[in-house]
Amino acid sequence: MAHAVEVRGLKKHFEKGDVRAVDGVDITTEEGEYLVLLGPSGCGKTTLLRMIAGLEEPTEGDILIAGNVVNGLPPRARGIAMVFQSYALYPHKTVLDNIVFPLKAAEIEPTVRREKADWAAGLLGIDHLLDRKPRHLSGGERQRVALARAIVRDPSVFLLDEPLSNLDAKLRTSARDELKRFQEQLGTTTIYVTHDQVEAMGLGDRIAVILDGKVRQIGPPRDVYSDPADTFVATFIGAPPMNLIDRGDHLLGFRPETFLPVGAINGTGGSVLEVDVRAHRIEYLSGDRHVFATVSGLGPDDAQIIARIPATVDAAVTVDRDQRFAVHEKDLRFFDGETGKRTDPRPVRS
Amino acid sequence: MTPAQTVAGERILEPARPKRRLADREGLLAKLFLIPTFVYIVGLVAFPFVLAILFSFSGVTTGNPSLEFVGLRQWRTILGSSVFWTSFWNTLTFTLISMTFVVLISHVLATILVKDFRGKWIVRFCVLLPWTTPASLAAVSWLWMLHSIFSPIDWVLRWVGLIEENMYWLGRPFLAMGSIIAVNTWRIVPVATVIVMAGLMAIPDDINDAVEIDGAGPWRKLREITLPLTLPISAVAALFGAILTFADMTIIFVLTRGGPTQSTQTLSSWAYFKGIEGGDLAQGAAVALFLFPLLLAAAIAILRLVRRSEVM
Repeated sequence: MAHAVEVRGLKKHFEKGDVRAVDGVDITTEEGEYLVLLGPSGCGKTTLLRMIAGLEEPTEGDILIAGNVVNGLPPRARGIAMVFQSYALYPHKTVLDNIVFPLKAAEIEPTVRREKADWAAGLLGIDHLLDRKPRHLSGGERQRVALARAIVRDPSVFLLDEPLSNLDAKLRTSARDELKRFQEQLGTTTIYVTHDQVEAMGLGDRIAVILDGKVRQIGPPRDVYSDPADTFVATFIGAPPMNLIDRGDHLLGFRPETFLPVGAINGTGGSVLEVDVRAHRIEYLSGDRHVFATVSGLGPDDAQIIARIPATVDAAVTVDRDQRFAVHEKDLRFFDGETGKRTDPRPVRS
Repeated sequence: MTPAQTVAGERILEPARPKRRLADREGLLAKLFLIPTFVYIVGLVAFPFVLAILFSFSGVTTGNPSLEFVGLRQWRTILGSSVFWTSFWNTLTFTLISMTFVVLISHVLATILVKDFRGKWIVRFCVLLPWTTPASLAAVSWLWMLHSIFSPIDWVLRWVGLIEENMYWLGRPFLAMGSIIAVNTWRIVPVATVIVMAGLMAIPDDINDAVEIDGAGPWRKLREITLPLTLPISAVAALFGAILTFADMTIIFVLTRGGPTQSTQTLSSWAYFKGIEGGDLAQGAAVALFLFPLLLAAAIAILRLVRRSEVM
């Protein structure tokens, strides 16, 4: 079976400002997959999406949709639909006219148009809004209209460009859940761009972490989280980020939730590394405790780290007193001191 | 220096009293800043307007400056004059046809100018040139362009073989009207283009991208997206141009002086010829006042459109 979307050696070079927005990207998506492109702003993820959509021409490389090279084809010939960050609804058209616009452009019969629009509106629960103009809708409703406009044409690929970033924080969680269920219902291959790692972890079947126009790592959320390919991925994903301790020619890393008071560590997980820790501040966040502390003995210098003690662990932690914390050696990750890339485990004690 | 400072160790006990300076007195400042506008409106708008109304009910002429009340006599005279009705219809024809061309041409030019292309600056320069040309220079150039004997347009047409003898652009009623419409369009297109350009640039990039994603071709995009979204601003450009056209008499004054046989006479040019050149201030004022309701309607329409496009 052909890949839903495949990009090969894709590059985009902007003459203005001499920017390499996308600098050699290879990605393939499977049919029905939810792929998230995650990266900080300016990393090239939106440019990558716009090239797949056909809104930008790549400087180099190929884009394949359903096995066919689509370079040079206009968006309408690519079988894609896109939802924009601003939703880009047509302000002078009613919700219904917005939804049927792609069908009108494809010169589909008016009766069929209406049927499809009703189906899409029903699916998204916006049937009662069809006569309204976009300016009378809330942010969440606008987003649904944008989605409805995207699905009426039955595209083979959905491209979503930060569709949740214009919603307020409270709405975002429920919108995320809806978006995921919606995609599962339709089973359409989706490429989703975001800078929010929570969205990426929650929505993606796989995540491609992008920095400076290059894919740093691609894989299921669990793998990207627990086995980051380099120090950028290690610190960009996870809140608080992975702790990194400089040990000269390499860095030692561990996730905050793997670093616990000695008494709380599970004894069955293999050998354990114990260290002295002096906490200087503790934050209580939705049950978990974030311990900001200094560790000594892991590197040439003392290092600042953050430990996250889950709500289920009630070991006492006191500020400004030396305590023993421990981490399973299997939870330790090692990175090259020069390149930041993952390396083989090193002996922890010298 | 603060009043709380100590002098040779001695403390001044009196607490610092904050001073209210002129800049803090907003009520007074507001009035102060409004004075220039107020003077301008009263002196240069309200006073001449009231004076014009008074004149139109009097028998005042340049030879007899007494404001003697004559009732509706002047109004009856001009309404009874066939020149008035000719001028009235000429004004409407002149304005409507000019504005139709202005809207069409400015849309085309604005669409070109919002794109990026090589040598854009020179196109932009040429488009704006008519607006920056001094009126007197423009008038002289056009007089020459449309001259009955030396017209370069005629020369070119003869050379191409389209005509046998000169057109007499300003000498035949139909051609004279066509000529002043062309010159007026030439004069107003630059402003209209700038206004329509602003409207086109106000359409978010995402909307244009969405149109492409939705698969609409250029005609559908123009008809269903670009034109409706720039409609309010195009209307503003047209009404703005209409006001400039209604109230303008320089083109007609320089090119045709209302002729031949009143065929290019408009209300504003007739008001000028009657009131200033003819010396009949009262009738001139009455003619000019006929423009007022038309201009007022146009101004109200502009303000409403601007407000409507703001809430969108």
